[in-house]
Amino acid sequence: MQISKEKLAKMYEVMVKIRKFEEKVVDIFARGFMPGLAHLYVGEEAVAVGACSNLGRDDYISSTHRGHGHCIAKGGDVKRMMAEIFGKKTGYCKGKGGSMHIADLDIGILGATGIVGGGIPIAVGAALSAKLRKTHQVAVSFFGDGASNQGTFHESLNLASVKNLPVVFVCENNLYAISTSQSRAQAIKDIATRAASYNMPGTIADGNDVLDVYDKVAEAVERGRKGEGPSLVECKTYRWRGHHEGDPKRGARYRSMNEVSEWEKKCPIAAFKKHLLSEGVLKEADLKLIEEKMVKEIEEAVEFADEGPFPASEEILEDLFT
Amino acid sequence: MRKITYAEAINETLREMMRKDERIFIMGEDIGRYGGIFQVTKGLLDEFGEERIIDTPISEAGFVGAGTGAALTGMRPVVELMFIDFTTLAMDQIVNQAAKIHYMFGGKAKIPLVLRTNIGAGRSAAAQHSQSLHAWFVHAPGLKVALPSSPYDVKGLLVTAIEDDNPVMFIEHKMLYYTEGEVPDELYSIPFGKGEVKREGKDLTVVALSSMVGKALGAAEDLARDGIDVEVVDPKTLVPLDEAIILDSVKKTGRLLVADEGHRRCGIGAEIAAIVSEKAFDYLDAPILRVASPDVPVPFSHPLEKAYIPDEEDIKRACHELFTK
Repeated sequence: MQISKEKLAKMYEVMVKIRKFEEKVVDIFARGFMPGLAHLYVGEEAVAVGACSNLGRDDYISSTHRGHGHCIAKGGDVKRMMAEIFGKKTGYCKGKGGSMHIADLDIGILGATGIVGGGIPIAVGAALSAKLRKTHQVAVSFFGDGASNQGTFHESLNLASVKNLPVVFVCENNLYAISTSQSRAQAIKDIATRAASYNMPGTIADGNDVLDVYDKVAEAVERGRKGEGPSLVECKTYRWRGHHEGDPKRGARYRSMNEVSEWEKKCPIAAFKKHLLSEGVLKEADLKLIEEKMVKEIEEAVEFADEGPFPASEEILEDLFT
Repeated sequence: MRKITYAEAINETLREMMRKDERIFIMGEDIGRYGGIFQVTKGLLDEFGEERIIDTPISEAGFVGAGTGAALTGMRPVVELMFIDFTTLAMDQIVNQAAKIHYMFGGKAKIPLVLRTNIGAGRSAAAQHSQSLHAWFVHAPGLKVALPSSPYDVKGLLVTAIEDDNPVMFIEHKMLYYTEGEVPDELYSIPFGKGEVKREGKDLTVVALSSMVGKALGAAEDLARDGIDVEVVDPKTLVPLDEAIILDSVKKTGRLLVADEGHRRCGIGAEIAAIVSEKAFDYLDAPILRVASPDVPVPFSHPLEKAYIPDEEDIKRACHELFTK
């Protein structure tokens, strides 16, 4: 699929933005500035960016507890994201949601959720809504290998297929739930094969190749827009950090550091950089500029988050009902 | 005014609301072709078609979640859970998603979702098809909870539920579906959080929910002959709850009985008793009593089910107790 130079540059920029954002979160979390839990997307950037680069502002995504990458890829504002994870009133959710519940309805981000598999039926509902309103919007549901065993995964694929809904189910198979490896949680190796049970196409993408993810999701998005129904795209990927910040030694309790370093060698950003240089799409200097720009954006996001006030305790009772 | 059944009142409300607003659609098991397990949605498929009257596979979590997603993105779904007993299969979507999204997202995102279901024993449907679990939903902040007790109330409350931009648990009673009452032809809205004194009295207050309202009124007639003048208060909604109407009544009578078909333990009676004891303690001339179902699963056999369901005799006995305690 032909992608313009501008778009390729943008895709690179967003992948770097995610990486810089998450690396910054590692730092501020370690220094105690961020309460609660952080589930980071380092190493998986190509999946969110490859998928979301197929979507318009009014298409929908539902996200997961590991949702910073999805939100940034869909156009989320890193200032408001950072402020939210600090618990500030200036955050996306006025500090009421935190990292796992970031949402921006204006740009189709239906929310991250802390319940594994909880967002999948919601994406199906958004697709149903689009179909009833006769728009050509699609809904992308992000979820992991762990979620593919949850009842909601099966109910959602079944409902989307029997009702012919424009959903793209994107499974980010990073080989582990928390500590339970995919091989200990299911008898199959390729989650994409489950698509056949629901009579929809199931494809596998190399989660470290943003263009492969882009292509596979593009097919699925087009099917949806043409009214041909849902699809499942399984992206083989890997999280470089532990399940959450605080998971000892980046997951050493359940995985080998050899395995981690093997995957780090396949860095999706490094691979894409190499591709852009060798194809003459961008020069070294361009890429450097992009990186510097992203570092600056993240610094500004932290400043914004730092400066913002905490919500007053009286606000606890607000926003229960509209 | 013509008399129609509670089920017919729901049917005509859904029909007329759907004619007015094309964002409203209905989703659930057997609600389309079959017309609903209690025939509440009979005929709607013929008028509105399969796009807006959606028969779902058996997948409560899936279709309740889909209802949430559709509500989040501009539609106004009315999703049916065939029995309240089946809400258990969708609890994450109801309690962790629909109830919490508006608050967790800092006040953006509206979820104009109505979850219609029914409570109640009396059809020998046994333990898993006869429960009255509405207290669970009162305990999940972010949900509104309505319990209409008559054909007139069910229509007006359903209009309000559908027009509300928040998720509403609309809890019907299966033993009320075929009861009749006067219902105006036109659409009207009964506000949430405003109860009604269904019978004025000066000696004691019975706060009753759902099918217990009718039983309280029946008991009141008999009690009048014993010289006990009962005031029956129907809160109509538990979230929001009309505390003022309950407190005003207790301040007048000094005695309170709460009648509800949920289990006694941690049921609605417990909550209302706590509120009244906090806010009207000095007005009480007797302890607060509760008529509720026993803390056992609903039994099957007819004499056991009869013993389970709180009835007029239970109410009368409790009212007498309020004068001897």
